[in-house]
Amino acid sequence: MTDTQNLTLVQAVRDGLHTELREDDDVVVMGQDVGKNGGVFRATEGLFDEFGGDRVIDTPLAESGIVGTAVGMAAMGMRPVPEIQFSGFMYPGFDQIVSHMSRFRARSRGRFTLPMTLRAPYGGGIRAPEHHSESKEAFYAHEAGLKVVVPSTPYEAKGLLAASIRDPDPVIFLEPKLIYRAFREAVPEEPYTVPIGEAATRREGDDVAVFTYGAMTRPTLEAAETLGEEEIECEVVDLRTISPLDREAIVEAFEKTGRAVVVHEAPKTGGLGGEITAILQEEALLHQEAPIGRVAGFDVPYPLYALEDYYLPSAARIEEGILEAVEF
Amino acid sequence: MTVFDRAYDDTVRVLDEDGEVVGDVPDLDDDSLVEMYRHMRLARHFDGRAVSLQRQGRMGTYPPLSGQEGAQIGSAYALDADDWMVPSYREHGAALVHGLPLKQTLLYWMGHEDGNHAPDDVNVFPVAVPIASQVPHATGAAWASKLRGENDAFICYFGDGATSEGDFHEGVNFAGVFDTPTIFFCNNNQWAISVPRERQTRSATLAQKAEAYGIDGVQVDGMDPLAVYGVTTAALEKARDPDADRPRPTLIEAVQYRFGAHTTADDPTVYRDDEEVERWKAKDPIDRLESYLRDEGVLDDERVAEIESSVEARVADAIDEAESMARPDVRELFEHAYAEMPPELQRQYEALAALRDDRGDAAFLEE
Repeated sequence: MTDTQNLTLVQAVRDGLHTELREDDDVVVMGQDVGKNGGVFRATEGLFDEFGGDRVIDTPLAESGIVGTAVGMAAMGMRPVPEIQFSGFMYPGFDQIVSHMSRFRARSRGRFTLPMTLRAPYGGGIRAPEHHSESKEAFYAHEAGLKVVVPSTPYEAKGLLAASIRDPDPVIFLEPKLIYRAFREAVPEEPYTVPIGEAATRREGDDVAVFTYGAMTRPTLEAAETLGEEEIECEVVDLRTISPLDREAIVEAFEKTGRAVVVHEAPKTGGLGGEITAILQEEALLHQEAPIGRVAGFDVPYPLYALEDYYLPSAARIEEGILEAVEF
Repeated sequence: MTVFDRAYDDTVRVLDEDGEVVGDVPDLDDDSLVEMYRHMRLARHFDGRAVSLQRQGRMGTYPPLSGQEGAQIGSAYALDADDWMVPSYREHGAALVHGLPLKQTLLYWMGHEDGNHAPDDVNVFPVAVPIASQVPHATGAAWASKLRGENDAFICYFGDGATSEGDFHEGVNFAGVFDTPTIFFCNNNQWAISVPRERQTRSATLAQKAEAYGIDGVQVDGMDPLAVYGVTTAALEKARDPDADRPRPTLIEAVQYRFGAHTTADDPTVYRDDEEVERWKAKDPIDRLESYLRDEGVLDDERVAEIESSVEARVADAIDEAESMARPDVRELFEHAYAEMPPELQRQYEALAALRDDRGDAAFLEE
């Protein structure tokens, strides 16, 4: 029996960073406010005191500099874990992400690899100012050479983060900040990994497959429970990794049910929902019994918070989306 | 007093335009000086052949370096083999000195990704095309070396246009804050494609930008290889010394001129006049060093002729080698995106390979 702690998701992220800093001297944590302050969400709390300023590094406020210097460190064999304080501020570093972080291995035919993990809190629902609530995971999923991981539970946050840091390829690790402190879970104190590229079935059901990830997992499960009371049984699949997608799990859940709905808070157009729909068309068309539904954020700039509850997929919207697929 | 204790516009010079000594000649033996000269001739000859290959359709778009040999060869000569070079896309001469085979440079511009795969013992980063984007890499790589207690120095090349980019600022600023062993070597060749140096900044020099980052900045005549060698050597000594009483990073502005086009896709006659080009050609770094070495009795007609023919043979061999490389296998298109091909990528590869088996290369390849 291993020792466990009852942790929130953000505490599990912190615990994952702590474990990996202890396990591997090449791991460094870097970014704005990650050192003495312990991170604006406390994701790096206490790490500076334990590991010192050469391992847990407060950097100048410069996203391209943070990503770009981490690229240089990783090219020399270190395992930097840069943090961008909010995913809405990643864009000044976007060129470094898509021109270099994703391409160094291919460009050098494998001589230089970038074992780096870029962390950022993402998503809405916390009544934050403008630019603090976006979900732009599709940008990064579109970029070959990157892996994109989104945990939705404390246990998996620690294990997926460890897997990302140990991965030989660069990972964008998006943390759903709406559920940073939403619930606690037993998290082992010892190091462990949860594999990248594998989805998890959160609820079994034969009537419709619902694919989601991140903070939308909870309202999706809530909608599934409500519909369960009406004997509509949803299979809820948490993708956990956005790139590369677990196509096998996606197709399997669809073949079981013949109906599917994708739920994400990112805008509908160009979002992951389109990709998942296309996968099902390619691989399981003959199982399809209804149009594949998408319950997503709207195609508008993310609103200030007076309207954000209408923007974000709620359990009610998700229920309606599922019913449409089931009743077709 | 060091070379860094001077006004930013007090350009460091060793040889004047006629090869006469006007400054402190660095401590290099005759063989080294001849090797430096040989490499400059090699870079110049390579450049001419590369442009001609492009004109003949044997190579893709190529960025020429003629005029910039003094800065490239002079600076690269100052490096130890363990030091690292982080180039932009025009530093074929510098990379050559640091051990990158000419074949690699040819292959890259002939469209082979393998050209960017430097041999494992050659400390050269891949070519970086987006302007200034390699600057933070050089800082990060040097920072990694410092954190690990290693003693290597890093030289990062970029142009005058790059100093306007945010990544120049962020990369140099991080280097100042974390005191990394990085030399930021600006090849100020006066033109960012068609935009003159004066349009990049109101600053009188680019070297003075160092002031804002709290690091050393120095301007050197980039068409004077001995001055460049001396300044780079001084910057390297400082970079390698964690106990130096000066900042470890340095910004070097090497003032020079690109004799030719930005790339073979560019026509410089549209934006600059012949008179300007001729004025700068009078400062040719190769002529200058040759004149000095002849005056010193180190070079004579015979030696120069020998160098000329050896350089021609070496470039011809490299071209033969590069042109004899087969087109890479189609698997090469897929296999370096990730350490392990994800299943969907594997399927994409297999589908293309199967179609190619079925239809043959003729169905894919353009003439």
